Amino acid sequence: MATMKEFRNNIKPNWCPGCGDFSVQAAIQRAAANVGLEPEQLAVVSGIGCSGRISGYINCYGFHGVHGRALPIAQGLKMANRELTVIAAGGDGDGFAIGMGHTVHAIRRNMNITYIVMDNQIYGLTKGQTSPRSQTGFVTKSTPGGSIESAISPVELALSVGATFVAQSFSSDLKGLTELIEKGIKHEGFSLINVFSPCVTYNKVNTYDWFKENIVQVDSIEGYDPHDRVKAMSYSMQYKGLLNGLIYQNTEQKSYEQLVPGFKEEGLVKQDLRLSEEDFAKLVKEFA
Amino acid sequence: MISQLSWKVGGQQGEGIESTGEIFSMAMNRMGYHLYSYRHFSSRIKGGHTNNKIRVSTKPMRAISDDLDILVAFDQETIDLNAHELREGGIVIADAKFNPKLPEGLPSVRLLTVPLTEIADELGTSLMKNMVSIGASSSILGIPVENYRNIVEDMFLRKGEKVVEKNMEAIRRGFDFVNELTGGNLPEFQLEKADGQKQLFMIGNDAIALGAIAGGVRFMPAYPITPASEIMEYLIKKLPKFGGTVIQTEDEIAAITMAIGANYGGVRALTASAGPGLSLMMEAIGLAGITETPVVIVDTQRGGPSTGMPTKQEQSDLNALINGTHGEIPKVVMAPSTVEECFYDTIEALNIAEEYQVPVILATDLTLSLGKQTVTPFDFSKVEIRRGKLLLGQELPEREQNDLFKRYEVTEDGVSPRVVPGQKYGLHHVTGVEHQPSGNPSESPVNRKQQMDKRMRKLDGLVQKFPNPVLFDAPHSEPDVLIVGVNSTGGTIQEAKERLEKEGLKVNHAQIRLIHPFPTEVIKPYVEKATKVITVENNATGQIANLLKLHVGHAEKIESVLKYDGNPFLPKEIYTEVKGLIKHGDYERVSK
Repeated sequence: MATMKEFRNNIKPNWCPGCGDFSVQAAIQRAAANVGLEPEQLAVVSGIGCSGRISGYINCYGFHGVHGRALPIAQGLKMANRELTVIAAGGDGDGFAIGMGHTVHAIRRNMNITYIVMDNQIYGLTKGQTSPRSQTGFVTKSTPGGSIESAISPVELALSVGATFVAQSFSSDLKGLTELIEKGIKHEGFSLINVFSPCVTYNKVNTYDWFKENIVQVDSIEGYDPHDRVKAMSYSMQYKGLLNGLIYQNTEQKSYEQLVPGFKEEGLVKQDLRLSEEDFAKLVKEFA
Repeated sequence: MISQLSWKVGGQQGEGIESTGEIFSMAMNRMGYHLYSYRHFSSRIKGGHTNNKIRVSTKPMRAISDDLDILVAFDQETIDLNAHELREGGIVIADAKFNPKLPEGLPSVRLLTVPLTEIADELGTSLMKNMVSIGASSSILGIPVENYRNIVEDMFLRKGEKVVEKNMEAIRRGFDFVNELTGGNLPEFQLEKADGQKQLFMIGNDAIALGAIAGGVRFMPAYPITPASEIMEYLIKKLPKFGGTVIQTEDEIAAITMAIGANYGGVRALTASAGPGLSLMMEAIGLAGITETPVVIVDTQRGGPSTGMPTKQEQSDLNALINGTHGEIPKVVMAPSTVEECFYDTIEALNIAEEYQVPVILATDLTLSLGKQTVTPFDFSKVEIRRGKLLLGQELPEREQNDLFKRYEVTEDGVSPRVVPGQKYGLHHVTGVEHQPSGNPSESPVNRKQQMDKRMRKLDGLVQKFPNPVLFDAPHSEPDVLIVGVNSTGGTIQEAKERLEKEGLKVNHAQIRLIHPFPTEVIKPYVEKATKVITVENNATGQIANLLKLHVGHAEKIESVLKYDGNPFLPKEIYTEVKGLIKHGDYERVSK
């Protein structure tokens, strides 16, 4: 059985020292080993930006696509081979700006993939512009007078469009993050894990220390029930979106693949693509 | 007796105009006639004039006709808009309900006022006025009412024997009423016996969808758009029977990227759209190019730019399809010219995409995609699935960790061995960033050049291997003119050619089927030996003419006949315009 080591490769990430994304990389590697995957059974599909490079930093099948489109590529791959474990990963710009349309529809489609957002609330690779996750008033190169738009709450967004698994974590909480990724992989349906992954270079507000001070563990909330969608929504609002842990899970909703009529357990890729002459004749007859 | 005739039915959209044409056509098809139809419709659900023009012939043809023999009108607007197309002695069958009048200036056209709605109402529902009109038409054409029985049964038997009988009665009542009026049998409307060959009756989009299934497509992500949606609708119905499925995506960007994801996963996936969707897909087509992921995209061209004229004919996407996406990638653009070719070319597009590991765009136009016509049955023995250097299902030699599979190995033909996720010892990286043979990013100038050259040389031998990159009907060694077209214009050009040749002109015809890479060497000799080259195109700038000038040269003798008003060419338009262009030079010499 593969250990975490087998999911490591010899490529040095081009992230800044101290970047929150290193923890996400490690957590994916650990979680993959912990759930018993072999490297070839895992595919990581990523977007563009600093975090988008992650698919090249894990020893598995990796696809680094175009900006904002990690999710549709991941869903196409999953449809081709549902036996694979597919993780999509990218930044908050990728998921909540350019790729927002795909994020919402991937959530409501509920295909069995895990989506990890490395949320640093800023555009890092383009050197410090505002993101849809930047708080109102946040000063960046593109918002010198402070952002005048309101920030998206990934948790509330996901809950409102029918998410079946919503979790949030923090790069400093490697253990918690690893466990959430394992749960996400095991969840039969779409799992969104938003990870506060601080940008040490361009975000001087939402720092490691800031998160440590402000983040709230859902386990610490008395009587928290991750199966109660209404409460999950209200707690997220109450704590300004800064919850950490498994916020909501619906284990009853079937995944997309389970609902597709006639969709076989065996990956489509393993099935014969050739048509029998008899089937072909049947199809043609309808046009005669 | 005549060998061909044209019949048109018109009324308000949502009134059953399409199904009237459908039933009439099915009867004619089962009697063994050749058919070619064109639907005039608007981008709205109900209301607005719509018509369905159907040409019936004893011989194969692929063009709408210049004129009209019979017009069935459910409202006055249909008469006002279409009566001018009627030939001398043509007939209008009009519903008595709206007190029809012929416009002035058509003294030889005969108006038959038939109580279509009234008869239908008597039988229980005004919806059956369509059936009454079919009966009325059949009286003129001398088609026995009983010829409709098996079609009516196919359509209504599941609703009960009574419904079948009611519909047959509607046809009979229409037939009898017109028989009374005309005294039956009008010889100038009697079609000669058909050759009786069994043929299929379908639109280009049906053939593409059928070709997709036969060619191994098991997944289609797509976003609805006119005039492409029929492809997706067919596959939604049929793919589940073969284990596959269709996803209606949130937009065309999701459609193309999902298709890329599925092809990366080893399944044949295709998407289909029209101009606006293609524009959205362009970035991802570049991704397919640099990641060498096979993918097939169907572009059913319609009137552009922007929303343009969504339900109208145009061939104006070619420049965008060839040049679209930033940077440089190897890409193939194909353009079938008949429904038969739509079927075989879809399969070939899927094969080329995998053999060369490139995006392939299959471009049709609205007339080809939606024009329903009789089609020679497809030969299943010609269907082959070629997957090139795909190592799917093979055991790969063991590799150490960090010794990645060389997915982008530099090879002589530029095509590298391909594995799919899930395969042991096949790990590699895929990225839209320039990369090394292992797929990992690299900005090394030496590597960049090697990878760029490798990708671009993949298509080096494609034109030579491509099945008929240009279709020629070119009997003349020194033609006065070479007419060049693409997609649905082929049949119309053929009819114009016949008329020009009757006048003594030597006309060669070339229909280009491979747009990119351009089949320069294939068409060059034909351009060189022609006195004049005239492209016939449904666009405003002469995109094919420009391709010829760019690749073949001889700009001085290349001219164009262009039509971009939304309607397909009529044979007489091509005939007249080509003749006009030749008149300045050779025509006078020839006609003397």
